[in-house]
Amino acid sequence: MRITADREVCCAAGQCALIAPDLFDQSDEDGSVVLLDAQPDTGRLDVLREVVSRCPTGAIRLEEEPGA
Amino acid sequence: MVDAPHPPVSLPTKRSCPFDPPDGYTPLREQERITHMSYPGGTPGWLVTRHAEAKELLTHKSFSARQEGIISPVPTELAYDGPADPGAFAKTDDPVHSKYRKLVTGFFTVRRTRQLAPMIERIVHEQLDDLEKAGPGADLVEVFTESVPSRVMCEMIGVPESERRSLQRHVETLGRLSSTVPEALAAVSGMSGFLARFVPTRMDDPRDDILGDLIRGGQLTEQELMGMTATLITGAFDTTGNMLAMGVYTLLEHPDQLAKLQADPELMGAAVEELLRFLTISHLGASRWALEDVEFAGQTIKKGEVVTVALPAVNRDPERYENPDQLDIGRTDHGHLGLGHGVHQCLGQHLARTILRVGYEALFDRFPTLRLGVPSDEIRMRDDFVHYGPRSLPVTWDD
Repeated sequence: MRITADREVCCAAGQCALIAPDLFDQSDEDGSVVLLDAQPDTGRLDVLREVVSRCPTGAIRLEEEPGA
Repeated sequence: MVDAPHPPVSLPTKRSCPFDPPDGYTPLREQERITHMSYPGGTPGWLVTRHAEAKELLTHKSFSARQEGIISPVPTELAYDGPADPGAFAKTDDPVHSKYRKLVTGFFTVRRTRQLAPMIERIVHEQLDDLEKAGPGADLVEVFTESVPSRVMCEMIGVPESERRSLQRHVETLGRLSSTVPEALAAVSGMSGFLARFVPTRMDDPRDDILGDLIRGGQLTEQELMGMTATLITGAFDTTGNMLAMGVYTLLEHPDQLAKLQADPELMGAAVEELLRFLTISHLGASRWALEDVEFAGQTIKKGEVVTVALPAVNRDPERYENPDQLDIGRTDHGHLGLGHGVHQCLGQHLARTILRVGYEALFDRFPTLRLGVPSDEIRMRDDFVHYGPRSLPVTWDD
């Protein structure tokens, strides 16, 4: 499982940093997403799905491994 | 009928309970993915009441938030012709919108707004000192909920306290849909008079605050700095204030939920999210207009037609939430659209969360016997404002 975050698409709404502060932060400069851990434990799948669903611009994507 | 199966509706506004959305939304949400709506004056347009369609619309590239194409879903004399003022980014589209917004987003991150908690706590407690002195028995709106968010934003931009009260009245007039044109013009002129005094002074002597940072960045003209300052003031003043008041009113009228919160303060974060969902004070929703003919939710939306997303209805969609009409501060399934969705999602949302958390906590901690000072049905609501909440909230407590 791998997360990608597109800082160009990000509008700095901070949903990711609110929901999963151990995986996402926001830059001090413009608040855009900073990925802290691109390959988290599969146990975090539910929370990551929530992050993806709540990201208001679709900047965060989750690549789940086949069968995951 | 030979025409459309459902004739166009007006925006539902009649509520049978102050805490629930207008009753008229429920049948509309059950009927169709998108509803024909007749805007004031008979202009045809659309209404979205379902969660999935709302998210899709608010991120759809064929729909614009630009001021010049938006019409109010409810009757009002206040109409804004032409594009938004330079720097007033809320009613623009990207890339103009993001150019301005990105200059201030760094101040409103989750981390930065949490770091503001000591400043917010100081202001909250000063206002609660005033409340204590005023009572037992006082209007919570006047003494507490209206003042806290405006004081916080004034500190963040560097607006002197001496200007705050009059700015508060201007923002209120411009947010009241029943304001007359002369009233609105007086408010606009009061606001621009302040900006024309304040912004140039700070350009000569930038301080260590948001405005100072924008000035030192050197990317904005005086006009743009004025537009940005006005956007921050209007965005912060009556939004969080109404939410603060509405949340207190709601908790007082849902004593089981208040007791649950007082028994377990750890629930505060979830309680704030649930109140944002349940109350959705942006009760007139979010409107967009079609930049081109577009197929959406099984209908053809014609170029120029306006679509209003009924955020209060969307946040009660049973397809999305279990028991949507039940206030449950223990709810873990958030993801509401109370703060919007898409690139325009509320800039100050994490600041609002911090103010709400600190505000509710301190209020119920210092006034554990807080209760309404009048019967609930005597509380008058701001139905005719852009943001919903109690006009005043008489409360009392044991001395």
